[in-house]
Parts: sequence; C-alpha cells; structure tokens
Amino acid sequence: MRNLEMGDLLLEVTNLKKYFPIRGGVFNRKVGYVRAVDGVSFYLKRGESFGIVGESGCGKSTAARAILRLIEPTEGSVLFEGGDVLSLTKKGLRSLRRDMQMIFQDPYASLDPRRRIGQIIAEPLNVFNIYSNKAEKQDRISYLLNKVGLQVGDSRRYPHEFSGGQRQRIGIARALAMNPKLIIGDEPVSALDVSIQAQIINLLEDIQEEFGLSYIIIAHDLAVVEHICDRIAVMYLGKIVESAPDVELYTNPRHPYTQALLSAVPIADPDHKRERIHLTGDVPSPVTSLPGCNFYTRCPARMEICAARIPELIDIGGEHCVACHRTSSPT
Amino acid sequence: MPTRGSGALDGIACGKETHKCDAGMQDTLLNIEDLKTYFYTFEGVARAVDGVSYRLRDGEALGIVGESGCGKSVSALSTLRLIPDPPGRIVGGRILFNGTNLLELTNRQMRKIRGNHISMIFQEPMTSLNPVLTVGGQIAEAFRLHQGLERREATEKSIDMLRMVNIPSPANRVHQYPHELSGGMRQRVMIAMALACRPEILIADEPTTALDVTIQAQIIDLMLELKEQLGMAIVLITHDLGIIANTVERVIIMYAGKIVEEAPTRSIFRKPLHPYTRGLIRAMLRLGSKIESGRVRLEEIPGVVPSLYDLPPGCRFSTRCPRVMAMCRKEEPELREVDERHFCRCWLTRHGG
Amino acid sequence: MPEDIRKGLFFYTFRRNKIAIAGLVMAVVIVCLSILAPWISPYDPIEQDIKSQYLPPSLTHLCGTDGYGRDEFSRILWGGRVSLMVGVGSVLFGMVFGVSMGILGGYKGGKWDVVVSRFNDIFMSFPLVIFGLLILAILGPGLLKIIIAIGVALTPRISRLARASTLSVKELPYIEAARAVGQGDGKIMLIHVLPNIFGELLVMGTMWIATAIIVEASLSFIGLGVRPPTPSWGSMIRSGLDQLTNAPWLSMIPGLAIFLTVFSFNLIADGLRDIADPRLRGA
Repeated sequence: MRNLEMGDLLLEVTNLKKYFPIRGGVFNRKVGYVRAVDGVSFYLKRGESFGIVGESGCGKSTAARAILRLIEPTEGSVLFEGGDVLSLTKKGLRSLRRDMQMIFQDPYASLDPRRRIGQIIAEPLNVFNIYSNKAEKQDRISYLLNKVGLQVGDSRRYPHEFSGGQRQRIGIARALAMNPKLIIGDEPVSALDVSIQAQIINLLEDIQEEFGLSYIIIAHDLAVVEHICDRIAVMYLGKIVESAPDVELYTNPRHPYTQALLSAVPIADPDHKRERIHLTGDVPSPVTSLPGCNFYTRCPARMEICAARIPELIDIGGEHCVACHRTSSPT
Repeated sequence: MPTRGSGALDGIACGKETHKCDAGMQDTLLNIEDLKTYFYTFEGVARAVDGVSYRLRDGEALGIVGESGCGKSVSALSTLRLIPDPPGRIVGGRILFNGTNLLELTNRQMRKIRGNHISMIFQEPMTSLNPVLTVGGQIAEAFRLHQGLERREATEKSIDMLRMVNIPSPANRVHQYPHELSGGMRQRVMIAMALACRPEILIADEPTTALDVTIQAQIIDLMLELKEQLGMAIVLITHDLGIIANTVERVIIMYAGKIVEEAPTRSIFRKPLHPYTRGLIRAMLRLGSKIESGRVRLEEIPGVVPSLYDLPPGCRFSTRCPRVMAMCRKEEPELREVDERHFCRCWLTRHGG
Repeated sequence: MPEDIRKGLFFYTFRRNKIAIAGLVMAVVIVCLSILAPWISPYDPIEQDIKSQYLPPSLTHLCGTDGYGRDEFSRILWGGRVSLMVGVGSVLFGMVFGVSMGILGGYKGGKWDVVVSRFNDIFMSFPLVIFGLLILAILGPGLLKIIIAIGVALTPRISRLARASTLSVKELPYIEAARAVGQGDGKIMLIHVLPNIFGELLVMGTMWIATAIIVEASLSFIGLGVRPPTPSWGSMIRSGLDQLTNAPWLSMIPGLAIFLTVFSFNLIADGLRDIADPRLRGA
C-alpha cells in the first residue's frame, strides 16, 4: 500500500445523495423516491486509487455520475482540490472537465460509431481549443494512441473495426487527452474477456504511474478493485457500509455484507474448501426506506437495534470505517 | 424417441476428431463427434465451431470454458439445433444422444427432445422469460407440452418445481410475472422450467454471468444440488474459471472454434498443458494476491482473438502464443491424449513435454 | 458455401440492391425528364390549338392533346417539374424545421420538449391536405407558397419522428461520454445525434417526398394548386375527368405519372431501409 499523506486531498465527498422521484397516479404526482445514493462520504488522496464495489442497484454508478455532475445530486457536497463542484456554473463545470474524466463500461456503445477514432480522441481537445495547429493536434492524438497500445494509423478508422479491448483503450486515450488529475472508471473491465481484462488493468496501472493520475474505480468485481486500488469502499443500497485499505478489507472485513461478498467470490482452486456465508431473504428495493440498517433483512448477524436505528459509518482506526451496530457496540 | 438408459454402443469413431474409446463408454449419454457449425455472411464464412468432439456421461458435470467467440455457446445451441439458419448451419459431424443422431431428426422429433430430454438455460433471465405470461404459466407450458397434463395438474406441478428451486412461498409466486421477481429468482424460474420434465441433460450457458456475486453462488449451489437429486448430467458453459473450479468434474477449454485442452478439473488447474490455458490461469485476478506478493503486474496474453472469418494458418493460437514454434504457424496440431484422460492440442505436448 | 445459402445471400443482395437501384433509376429518369422539360418537350405546354382538341396519342402527340389542343406529353413533362419541385422542396423545408425541433425537444427535454411535443400534437391533428389548404388560404396561391404550405404541414410529422430517433440515441453511452469531456449541448446535437439518426431521416424523407407529391396532386385536383395555365398532374386529372369516355388518356396518363413517381420514391426508401438492415452483417 502506498503511503500517501492525508494532507493532499484531491476529492472530498460529503453526504452525497441522489434521489429519483417516482411519479405515479393520474396527475403524475410524486409517489416516492428511489434512494439511489443515500448519504455517501469519502475522500480521495492525490495519486491514490479508490475503489467502490457493490452489487447491482447499490448506487455506485449513480454516485460516480453525481460527482462528475453528469447527473445533478440531490444533496451533499463535492470538493475537488478544495473547490466546490456543486456550485459551479456551466462555464466553471466545463473547465472542471479538464481535470475529471471518465471511462465507461461498454466499449461497444461508448464510442460514437459514426466518427473516426482520431476525432473521438480529439473531441476534448476541440472542446477546449487546445491546438489551433492541426499538425500539433495530430501529434497529440498519435502520442495518445501509442500510449494506450494502438497504432498511429488507427486514427482514421472507425470503432466497429476494433475489438472490445481495443475500444476500451480508445476510451482511455480519450480520457487521457486533457491530462486530467482524476479518472473515474465505471466498470472499466467488466465487459471484457479475462485475458483482455489483464491487459487493460495493466494499462491503467501503467498510465497511472506515468501521469500521476488518481483513480476512482467502480466495479462489482471485488478482485478487480482489490488489485488496482489502495482503498476500497463497499456500498449497499445507496450507502457505504465499510471502507478500508485493500489488504485490511480483505483480511479483516467487519461488516457482515462485506464478509458475505468476500466469501461468495469464486476461487479458482479446486482444492479450496470455503465456508460460504449464505444470505437469506431478498434485496429490499431502493424505494422503501427502512427505519434501521438497510442490510437488516439479509444480515446473518442482525440484532434488535439494527431494525430500529441506522448505523453510522465509524472510524475504527487505520483508515478503516464500518457502519454496523455490531462493530460500534462494545460487545 | 430415445428413452433413458437405452444406451447403444457407439464406440466406432468416425470423422477426424474423436476421443479414444475408454472404459466407461456404456453410460455415454451424449457423444458429439466432429461438430462443425459455420455462419455464412457477407463478410465470409465464420467457422464458429470447427471440429469439436466430446462426450458426456450419465450424471456427469462437464465445464466448457472459453472467451467470446470461442464457440462454446454455438456448440451448445447446435446440440439443441437452435442455430438460426440462415446465417448459421451445422455442416458436419454427429450429435449422438443415447445412440440417436440428433442431426438426423425431423423438427418435430427435435421438439420432443428440447425441454424434455435435453434442456437449456441462458444468461439473461429477463429476456428468456416471456414478460406477459405468469411464471407458473411458463413452467406449466413444459408439462402441458411434453406430458400432456391438464391445466390444474400442470399448475400443481409448477408449484412443486418452484419449491424444488427454493423459491419461498411458491403457491403465491406461481401467479407472479417475471418483472415482479429479482434476477436471482428469475434464474431459478428458468431452472424450474428447464427441469420440469426431468431431462437427462441440462445445458447451462453462462447462467450466472448476469447475476450478482452473492446470488451467483446460490444458483450454482442449487444447480449442483438438483443434479445430485435428479441424477442428471450438466454442461456448464462459462468464461469464469473460478466457477468451474469447484463445480464440475471435467473441463474443456475452447479457443476460436476448437477444443484446445480437455482434462479433469484438478488437472486443468494443477497441470495446465496448453499455453492458452496457462495464460488464462495466470491472467486471472486473484483475490488476496496482494497479501502475499504486493501489487504485481498481471500476466497478459498479448494480442487479440483472431477473427473467425480470417483464421491464421496452422494453430489458431499461434498469433498470441508465447512459445510458438515454426511448425505451429504451418500446421494445426491434433487433439491428443497426453496424460490420463488429459487431452491437449499443441505441438509442444506432442512429445509429452 | 452450401448452395442454398449462396442463393439466399444472392437473393438478399439482389433484393437489397436491386430494389433500391430500380427505384433510383426510375426516379432519376423522371427527374431528368422533368429538369430537361424546357428542352425536350416538343411543344409549348400552354400553347393552345383549338383545332387539335382531344386528339388521341399518336406520333405527333405522344400523349394526345387536351381540350385546348395543348400537347399532353409536354404538359406531363412540365407538370413533373411542379410535382418534383413541390415534393422535394416541401420535404426539405419540413426537414430543416422538423428535424431541428425534433432533436431540440428530444435531446434537451424539459420545457423545450413540452413546447415541441404540444406543437406536434396540435398541428398533426390536421390532415395534410386540409392543413395545406389552410395555409394556402392565408398565403395565396403560387408554386413557392405551395411548397411552404406543404412543408409546414409536414413539419410536425417529421419533428415527431426526429424526436423519437433522438430519444433512442440520447441514452447511449457515447452521448454521455461526450458530455463527460465537456462538449456542449449544441455541439452534441450537431455532431453526435444528427449523424447517427441521419439514416433514419433519409428513409423517412424519401417516403415523405412521395407523400408530398400526392398532396400537391390532391390540391391541384381540387383546383387549389398552381395557377393555370401552368400544368400540374393533379389539375390535369381533374380537367380530364369529364372526358373519361371520350378521351380517357387525359386523366389516366397523369395518374400513371403520379403513380410511377411515388412508386419509385417508395422503392428507394425500401432499398435504403434494407441497406441499413443489420441482419446478415456478421455472426
């Protein structure tokens, strides 16, 4: 685990919420909310890789988009290098896009099929009018293509001529074009074959080192996140239930959901006999809001208090935080 | 119509790629010999499955592993003759189920096999279930079709099936629609539909890929439990070696339309012979690897899978193989038994290397 | 390759290409004839010759003559100019405004969409011909006014289709990616949305040309099209009606002309749609 000073915070997210109104009835009134992101707080140090992991519907992708303001958050604060992201005007937000970029999950749909990949990579450069000189712009594109393992001649080709892994490389080149400080990867490798995943993960790590990038990696695959990231947060139904440095989370998971998640990951070892923690009950929908812990209905370690009070995210030392009554209660 | 247990002796090997006969052949349920399924399009001919042979014994669990485009799904669909024609076509080989060649049956006869003797479940439970029919109705369909049951009796049996796949309050669920159920539940319903008529073989094509990890484990466990209970054979198709490790007895590794390695599960993991298999195993992410060795660079398999329209001469893996030799680029190796029940298609293992 | 698949691919290509080509050839012929009308028409279409009334088709008058002794063939050629100019012109007009509105409403949503959708709903309730009539009543007769009238009538219909196409494209990840790199809404609509719905628009536009030609003919038929003596296929049918037993070619030939023109444009649209068909493009 790399040793990064607390003093150098790149991103600070506090109590981020995103509620989607549900409209129903004859008059299309609001009948409830989907609490996609329900009070998420975390920080990211410069040069660090932070992972957010969770199953479908936990809100991790929504949280990423809310931080980038691709979706407008309902509540909360996002500070980037000390500046308030949520209060930026359109102009300020645009300028922020130079520093915060995103890599998308679907390599087949995240590139405009009608544009050549040179144009796709150059789009951020055009938005900010970086190069007035065409030759210089082309140089930059060639440089980026090489950096992600593609060839200079590829810039004239169209996305459909490339494989999934190569398209993901193009997406990375696009994200890199403006020399951002932060790249958020929304399931960057989940749509790729195993052998290609390894290539892309290696690429991400290489460019992080070369360009001093900070990452937020969103994934449902714990192994991916554990490999790339220094610190990991586990989300469940819109809330962070546990966050810790990588090795710590793996060796000392405190939240029952984290424990169940870890035990469910298939291990590619035929002799490995593992105690799998079975979760019973159904995942409650993000619409109903329970008075207590979101995980109560499925938790193998639930207590009475868990149904009544929402557990807070508590720091238990060593950058390890847990939101669970079992951890905070002295017994 | 083939009935259970009428296993005819089918040991005569024909076609180029077959296994050597082995002792337990009497209970061979499914024998695929030199299957070739090609797709004909404007871009040319995609040789999606190009000479694939394997056997499935009664009650056996077989895993087929490979990445996209390797032909694992196409070979399963070919078995049930579900390949859209055009553009696809089964152009060669035999698929012997209890001695009968499925490729020679009429459509009508084939329909008596599907869902009845050989069933299949797919990756996306939402799109595999009809959204306008109740869950119970869809399971009952199998009973009405293959067993000629009346509606009430079929519904009763559907409730039994829901119970068998561990869906709570089955009597209520039977009247629900697919969108009212979660992903994991829908997959259970798919399994119930597939097993309604107690097929001899269940083919599961990436059954858990679209599910969350905690649900994946439940579904796999359920399938194995039912396999024991009903004594059926399973073919589990996946790209995830992790799932394979603890579920199946034998593994087939496919690459670009061909089988490159086949062995008992332990052997695949302990002694992988084919460079592709080795590459796959080494490229896998291992949870907890950081504890032992800190952050390590993953071992990649360089390059990309060749296009099925434009396969390289010689061995199909030659373009990416770290141990490629001159011969590999010229001539394609055959699948040979290198070790006890361990087959490999590679020039390197020709001499037992 | 197995024989039947080869045949299947052949017929598919044949169908795909030949239909579009057949339509294209027909349309090109018609368009050329119309463009070249001033040079190739054997007679002046409005020159009257009462002595030669109602002559049947012959070598001197390929399509015969009408009640005023005017050469039908020349009138067909010049009438074609009218039909095509109105057909293409009104669709272009409708596309410029309709597509802009549709993309704006579809992409931006919110208030923009409310305005666009209500506009569409209201004006689409008028049948094309009636709406064209209304506008003509306001604007007065004349070729340009007809083009505008039909164009305005087409705008809400085109706008609705463009909006639907925009909605289907809007949620795609590459649009989100464009926003993530800081691209503004206007640029996104122009360089990402428009090119990706262009194919659908082209097919749609071609079909609307066919429709616009029929609307023009209908308006001319009821006497509200281009002012006489400028020939128009619709008015030619009208004036030939009372001579149906006597000189049937006077109504039938312009009718045939309308049919062939509309048919050819529909064939082109079909062919274009088939070309965009992703089936058989790759396994």
